[in-house]
Amino acid sequence: MSDIRYLAPHTLDDAIAQYAAADGAARILAGGTDLLVQMRSGVLKPSTIVDVKKVPELMAVEETADGGFRIGAAVSGAALEEHAKFGKVWPGVLEGLNLIGSTQVQGRASMGGNLCNGSPAGDSVPALVAAGVVATIKGPNGTREMKVEDVPAGPGKTNLKPGEILVSFTFPARPKGSSDAYLRMIPRTEMDIAVVGVGVSLTLDAGTCTAARVGLGAVAPTVLLVADAAKALIGSKLDDAAIEAAAAACSAACNPIDDKRGTIEYRTKVAGVLLKRATAIAAERAGRA
Amino acid sequence: MAKIHVSTTINGEPTEFLCDAGDSMLDALRDTLGLTGSKEGCGTGDCGACSVTLDGRLVCSCLMLAAEADGHKVETIEGMASDHLHPLQQKFLESAALQCGICTPGMLIAAKSLLERNPDPTETEVRFWLAGNLCRCTGYDKIVRAVMETAADMREAAR
Repeated sequence: MSDIRYLAPHTLDDAIAQYAAADGAARILAGGTDLLVQMRSGVLKPSTIVDVKKVPELMAVEETADGGFRIGAAVSGAALEEHAKFGKVWPGVLEGLNLIGSTQVQGRASMGGNLCNGSPAGDSVPALVAAGVVATIKGPNGTREMKVEDVPAGPGKTNLKPGEILVSFTFPARPKGSSDAYLRMIPRTEMDIAVVGVGVSLTLDAGTCTAARVGLGAVAPTVLLVADAAKALIGSKLDDAAIEAAAAACSAACNPIDDKRGTIEYRTKVAGVLLKRATAIAAERAGRA
Repeated sequence: MAKIHVSTTINGEPTEFLCDAGDSMLDALRDTLGLTGSKEGCGTGDCGACSVTLDGRLVCSCLMLAAEADGHKVETIEGMASDHLHPLQQKFLESAALQCGICTPGMLIAAKSLLERNPDPTETEVRFWLAGNLCRCTGYDKIVRAVMETAADMREAAR
């Protein structure tokens, strides 16, 4: 692997210039927990590696002026877990991120890497979609914003243009009575890849659901925003009929692969089951928020 | 391609070495620096035998490029004992919390990292923290008990 170039720029502008100047075989290095494995297995042979962990914008955890958060794309799961406030406001996002790999992997793995790796089963992605998070992307032609659900293009692919770097995630301010939850189904008890993952974010006002978003992972080529499931929840008191309708919408949205880890039929059914359970957890948390 | 010059601190010692861009930190530790305590089990971040800390944060050295160590502090198993063994090392010996020993350096580094953050972990917390450290001899029970007992001893010693 001696023909690889390693660059570790200190500013975002340098990172973009270096990444754009390298040919298409350049790769961004955040935590490296996917990249190094792919290099080792020979799946990827990058010409240039641009390590973005010295770029302040990618490593920052900030509260925004309107009461939301801006999280750098390369912030590790362990660093975000140690933040005093983030996990209280977005427990579902944090639990999704913290489900990725072991303690060692958490020391490095980031939400930006998880999203850009493009796996339909990335555990932080459904909760980010449910949270209504906006990704800030910067490239040689300037800065643009993209909803998280619009970033993946298919397994291993994103809608970032050549030379563009995912910089940060902006989380909206939370009204009182809001919370979120993420649940996944895996055949083992821990440290596995989701067969189905569901993120639910909602707001309750006197028991009535006034806002909701649902993200669904590992059951389609990309993580999905399930608008019909959210629609079934919004306006309800999260009664059985509303939850059943939302679960049915999740199952209907599934377009999964059929493999030894989960059949199409199983994944489709479990998507509905996890929606019900994640909604119950999010609602219980929202009641305390 | 020219080698990359890395200036880092390993177990408190300022250290310089040369590496290729694709070399992992584990490659540099074992092959360049002769620090063979960190083991390569899987090379893909699953087994934890190569565990080190980077600026105090537990990581797999196989999932880190050697070039990334530049300007940072790395702690390996070679730095764990001073003029006497670390209490975890002593307890692992006394309670036979190892069989073949390949996972042991990673287990010790990971356990030390846990006890620095949480001096009084529950058994569940120990098991979760060490979930990324695989022991193919399946000696987990003795390992977990040794960590719990060391934590208790260290709390007692700190009183």
